[in-house]
Amino acid sequence: MAVLQFREAIREALDEEMERDENVFIMGEEVAEYNGAYKVSEGLLDKYGFKRVIDTPISELGFAGIGVGAAMKGLRPVVEFMTFNFAVLAADQILNHASKVRYMLGGQASVPIVFRGPNGSAGQLAATHSVAYDSMYAQFPGLSVIYPSEPDDAKGLLKSAIRNEDPVIFMESEQMYGLRGEVSEEEDYLIPIGKAKVKREGSDVTIVATGKMYHIAKQAADQLSKDGVEAEIIDPRTIKPFDIETVVKSVKKTNRCVIVDESHPFGGLASEVGFLIQREAFDYLDAPVQRVTLPDVCAPFSKPLFDLWLPDAKRVIEAVNTVAYR
Amino acid sequence: MANKKQETVFTPIGLSSDNTGKVEISVDLPEPTVKNHKDLGLSEEDVVVMFEQMYLQRRFEERAMQMYQKGKFGGFLHLYIGQEAISTGTVFALDDEDDIITAYRDHGWGLVRGISAKSGMAELYGKATGCSKGKGGSMHFVNTEQNFWGGHGIVGGHIPLGGGLAFANKYNGNNKISATFFGDGAVDQGVLHETLNMSQLWKLPAIYVVENNGYSMGTSVRRHTVGEIYERAKGYGMKHAVFNGMDAFTVYENMKKIADDVRETSEPWFVEIRTYRYRGHSMSDPQKYRTKDELEAYQKNDPIERIKKYILEEKILTNDEVDEIIQRVEQEVLDAVDFAEESPFPEPEALYEDMFAGTPFIHDKQ
Repeated sequence: MAVLQFREAIREALDEEMERDENVFIMGEEVAEYNGAYKVSEGLLDKYGFKRVIDTPISELGFAGIGVGAAMKGLRPVVEFMTFNFAVLAADQILNHASKVRYMLGGQASVPIVFRGPNGSAGQLAATHSVAYDSMYAQFPGLSVIYPSEPDDAKGLLKSAIRNEDPVIFMESEQMYGLRGEVSEEEDYLIPIGKAKVKREGSDVTIVATGKMYHIAKQAADQLSKDGVEAEIIDPRTIKPFDIETVVKSVKKTNRCVIVDESHPFGGLASEVGFLIQREAFDYLDAPVQRVTLPDVCAPFSKPLFDLWLPDAKRVIEAVNTVAYR
Repeated sequence: MANKKQETVFTPIGLSSDNTGKVEISVDLPEPTVKNHKDLGLSEEDVVVMFEQMYLQRRFEERAMQMYQKGKFGGFLHLYIGQEAISTGTVFALDDEDDIITAYRDHGWGLVRGISAKSGMAELYGKATGCSKGKGGSMHFVNTEQNFWGGHGIVGGHIPLGGGLAFANKYNGNNKISATFFGDGAVDQGVLHETLNMSQLWKLPAIYVVENNGYSMGTSVRRHTVGEIYERAKGYGMKHAVFNGMDAFTVYENMKKIADDVRETSEPWFVEIRTYRYRGHSMSDPQKYRTKDELEAYQKNDPIERIKKYILEEKILTNDEVDEIIQRVEQEVLDAVDFAEESPFPEPEALYEDMFAGTPFIHDKQ
């Protein structure tokens, strides 16, 4: 095991896949000469040159579309958005083209593309820079949505994403790029898309949390443990396809569940997983499933308001107490 | 100072402002080429194939319209009638290996790039034997084997895809080019700006072609966009051209020159081809935004009549030989209708097919 920063794990995945396959290239704002807005792509221009590491203008819709067209012709673009908050400008290309081209053309073209970049809030950046879009993309058939929480997951899943034959949304977080973690040194380390991981075992409650929310869940679980409540944390890692079997198996053991979701509450990951649990494990539940999400309001700038807005360990603990009738 | 109160106007007023009795022409057609087929390097056989191809597109759509009106199939049906010289002239000018992508007015493009009348008609009917297996319908004809990357339904949405095809050709160093076609309405979409900027900056081997047919759905060019469309290229320092699209020779001559230049220099072009859409935007269009006189004025320039007249005047074919082609095409289209009618609809399982090239995953499939 090597200890790497999250950004380094992503960089290793990019580097290894670019080394392996000439058709893999990266494009996005500031990815080349600036060495990446968050230094994810640092050094890749030097190694692979201007043909395969391409700076784009601030034209999310345009370069996302050029990526889709290039993928239709058999290339494997990795398109970086400086944040998925800016990818909203490219929504027509991601939702109407990348996800639909294959089906509406009767299978004659496919779109092996990865759209990657940070998701959700990065601190006090106000309303337009703070939204988590994983649940929204998961709404659309054909898109895989990955939102890993630790460097090891990031590396193995990004390599799989780049090799995937269909479009993948790969989400990171500005606030996790510096996070260190052990990363497998296995050669050609691939984690299959769509497999959850039990990251903490426990018998009292199941907490489902991915991406940045996993770390909040972990803080909460450490706290709860001091009070004698042992939480089992499941990190789905992939929002879609969603590994409901692993979650249901855990709920059948703990009989209680809290879902932590960085999106707004309406129709998100939490509501979907909550629905599936009630259907698949109704008789095993000792309490209604609870969720911790963003409130149904925009992100505020002011620090005290912002702290109220973003889910934290305290709210996770409160939700656990609710399902545990403590 | 006069204090006359005037009505506030945003969009320029269309027909309702016209009480002069003068026919408003939505697009001015530049003069067609004076060159004959030999000057252009086309054989007599080429000219005959051009005529047959254009006539097939015309009759295919006229029959499709008839079947649609009989209620044989549903969905949208955007007809290309009047614009056939553009698809035909272009396909003769490009190499077969070059990529073509277009918007939803795509039947003509599919037929010139190898979709049979049968599989085209079957697609309109939503049958399993259709070119897109009944998954796409009228707006999504496709034949990637012959480098036709589809009809696409979002106005302007496929413009960067065409840029991406060119990007891939440059990346692969294969000396192929891409040609992206869209209507005058798409000129108003922001993605055109982004794509043209990147194409010029990155020197993509791409041709972006506006088929200016006079109308963005029911809004005439003068009412939906400012200035001359081809002049937009100047803002990008991009090579550009404007020419007549009602004459296959003119389209061929210009597109050949442009394609050769793109192949040679890997620099993009922005091209406005002026044409005219005889039919409504789609089948539900009552066409109240234009006069009958205007339509008739353009129909006098009909590209198919024009090439037919040329063939007869140049004695390339006799009247009887032309009639033979007409009969043959007529039969081909009738056979296509029979084929579409008799073909099966997709099986229920097909609902879940063609989503994924890799491992399929269908969330919560019941």
